[in-house]
Amino acid sequence: MQIKPILSALRRHKAGTFLIAMQIALTLAIVCNALFIIHQRVAHLSEPTGIDEPNLFVIKSEWVGAPGTERVDAMIREDLQVLRQLPGVQDVTPSNSYPLRGGGWDDAIRLKPDQTQDSSGATIYFADEHFIDTLGLKLVAGRNFRADEIGHMDMRYKLAPPMVIVTKALADKLFPAGDAVGKTIYLVGGPATIVGEVELLQAQSVSQWASAFAYRSVIIPERLAISLGSFYIVRTRPGQLDTAMRAAGKALFAHNPRRVINEDDGILSFSEVRSRAYESDRGMAILMGVISVVLLAVTAAGIVGLTSFWVGQRRRQIGVRRALGATRRDILHYFMTENLLISGAGVVLGVVLALVMNLWMVTHFEMHRLSLAYLVGGVVILLLLGQGAVLAPALRASRVPPVEATRSV
Amino acid sequence: MFTYYLDLALRSLGRNKILTTLMVLAIALGIGASMTTLTVLHVLSGDPLPGASGTLFYPRIDPRDQDSYEEGKDPPYQVTWIDGMNMLHAKRADRQALMTGGSVPVQPAQANLDPFYSDARYTSSDFFPMFRVPFLYGRPWSAEEDDGKARVVVISRKLNEKLFGGKDSTGQILRMKDTAFRVVGVLDEWRPNPHFYDVDTGKYAASEDVFVPLTTSHDIRLEHDGSTDCWGTGGDEEHAETQPCVWLQFWVQLDSAAKVAAYKEYLVHYSEEQRALGRFVRPVNVRLPGLMEWLDINKVVPGDVRLQTWLAFGFLLVCLVNTVGLMLAKFLRRAGELGVRRALGASKREVFMQLLIESGVIGLAGGLCGLLLAFIGLWLVRRQPSDYASLAHLDMAMLLTTFVLAIGSTLLAGLLPAWRACQITPALQLKSQ
Repeated sequence: MQIKPILSALRRHKAGTFLIAMQIALTLAIVCNALFIIHQRVAHLSEPTGIDEPNLFVIKSEWVGAPGTERVDAMIREDLQVLRQLPGVQDVTPSNSYPLRGGGWDDAIRLKPDQTQDSSGATIYFADEHFIDTLGLKLVAGRNFRADEIGHMDMRYKLAPPMVIVTKALADKLFPAGDAVGKTIYLVGGPATIVGEVELLQAQSVSQWASAFAYRSVIIPERLAISLGSFYIVRTRPGQLDTAMRAAGKALFAHNPRRVINEDDGILSFSEVRSRAYESDRGMAILMGVISVVLLAVTAAGIVGLTSFWVGQRRRQIGVRRALGATRRDILHYFMTENLLISGAGVVLGVVLALVMNLWMVTHFEMHRLSLAYLVGGVVILLLLGQGAVLAPALRASRVPPVEATRSV
Repeated sequence: MFTYYLDLALRSLGRNKILTTLMVLAIALGIGASMTTLTVLHVLSGDPLPGASGTLFYPRIDPRDQDSYEEGKDPPYQVTWIDGMNMLHAKRADRQALMTGGSVPVQPAQANLDPFYSDARYTSSDFFPMFRVPFLYGRPWSAEEDDGKARVVVISRKLNEKLFGGKDSTGQILRMKDTAFRVVGVLDEWRPNPHFYDVDTGKYAASEDVFVPLTTSHDIRLEHDGSTDCWGTGGDEEHAETQPCVWLQFWVQLDSAAKVAAYKEYLVHYSEEQRALGRFVRPVNVRLPGLMEWLDINKVVPGDVRLQTWLAFGFLLVCLVNTVGLMLAKFLRRAGELGVRRALGASKREVFMQLLIESGVIGLAGGLCGLLLAFIGLWLVRRQPSDYASLAHLDMAMLLTTFVLAIGSTLLAGLLPAWRACQITPALQLKSQ
């Protein structure tokens, strides 16, 4: 296959050639970056929480009136009893928050009392002795809290529990030697001894700002007894989630009607929690997917349209070539090669554009650097797309009979 | 002539249906995507208080201790109770309001209504005139009621409808957290977008349903909502008014540039004074951003929305390049016809005009379909659960923009193909026929 005659033919269609190459370049740039965004979002939304999600649901129960801390704590403990007696319920724990909730209590952790820079940020989970079993966490070192160690507190900003359980991620960050249990850390309010270590527990926020301490959580032995109410995290036996969810609200109201459980989000299964937490990430991934597909379709349609035009324009030349002995294969190859040349120029330009675009997004939108695999993938997709799009017009060209040479256009 | 060209354009479009459909579809997709995202961006980056936003400022001072100090870092986003109250009582601005968000249990008197929680704002009396809050009934509470920790409440129109059937409820009693409040005012419809005065409790959240004097809320320990940042020995809500924690928003109204400068000076003086007292330890670091600047600092418009808008315009660009290519093919294919027209005396200019009108028609058709797609797109956006979703509506300005963008960009796209088509030498075309 000779390339030179193709090039000289293309020189006569500068505008069209340039347009197709430009379109391929732009499409490559956008599709590469879009795929990369999809990958990042999908990776983000499949990060594990470390808890037994399929069997968990959460209840947000708020109190009416102005009960004091002691009264609230007593009511919380009654509620826990009520929930534990429900059929299908395996265990219940009260907390101020749960993974993927969106926001809550974060604190700075230090290793010495007089330290001025924080050692790490951490999510704070309030818990009782049922917390680890209810959430299905795995204790990898140390021990769980005992029932007599669980205190209760109101909305004080200062945390000073005597002991805490931490996640492995936090333990490894603070004590790289792996001997965190028994050590002392400093929360804002004072020192606390680490008594246990759980394998995995995600933070309550999955936003960008919280990613610095994503899996660094501290579990403290307190019930948060405030009149604003708290969360009950319920673990059901496998397959009994729906039944238990339906029964829970009714049972709580039957026991104590002076409460508010919001209709829309008062009781949520964990799959609902998850889909709410990642709504925007999933939306963005779907949108990018749709844009990519439509963009590729538009580009393919453009190539088909313009090549068809060229084929129509060159029917006589094709006829002449056929009359001079060119086979149908030769004609087919001619158009395929022509497209390959144009697409080749397009993808070279497109790679540059994609990198520029990514660089711009890195500086403006907290994106990561585009990995090379996406560029290579994008180049292959577009070259294949070009070849696929040109196939139909090229086949039509190859069917031009040699007799066309004798006809005038 | 125009109608004749229009007729020609319509005929020509009908002749090659597939190519025409492709062009219209490409433009429609590009316009639909870019208008959907642009509308969302337009709605989100709007001015919440047109006409008043230029006089509103958000004073920032730095009361923190030396821990984690870094030179040049921003002061905190909120103020402490002590500083907020000091600045509020200093009355150095034309108007000033100190506030925080909250959540209150409302206990309706009606037996058929269960108790429920309402979003609340605890603030001071200037809040209402300063932010031009419209009243349906009654009035704001007074500065004296602020000082006296009066049990008064202003409620939203929505809550008034729910509790009092929309009647004038001023003077009525509303029970919240076992305390009786007297309704002094009912707001008319009010939803500034963004929720500028407290971006922490929802950047595009609806305005609150219950407004209570800040002093009162503190007196009866209504629960506050929003971020609380403490340092040093901070951390006891029982004594929140003395704690080193920032959790309140403070706004001032300054009606002239001179007053803005004077207020900034006041902030510096205030910080120096507090340093002399030993309360502040960091070097003086004050800022006085205006309302719109403050929204910018808080990155109120989500990054995702801006990214989507850029991508949509990239998408439109590809669609336009595509249309240029298709139009080129279409116009050049008609070289014969155009040659005849030229030979019969049509000038290059006339042929050019004719082809441009044809591309304009394609643009119009694309724009109409694009508009339809944008409506579908916005409907999809509104079904999202984000707090700004319900705001995504096309207004008049955006509708106009759609058509200008659609026709303008298609005409632009038509320039090259039309110009190329005019260059056809009539003689050559006729000879080859």
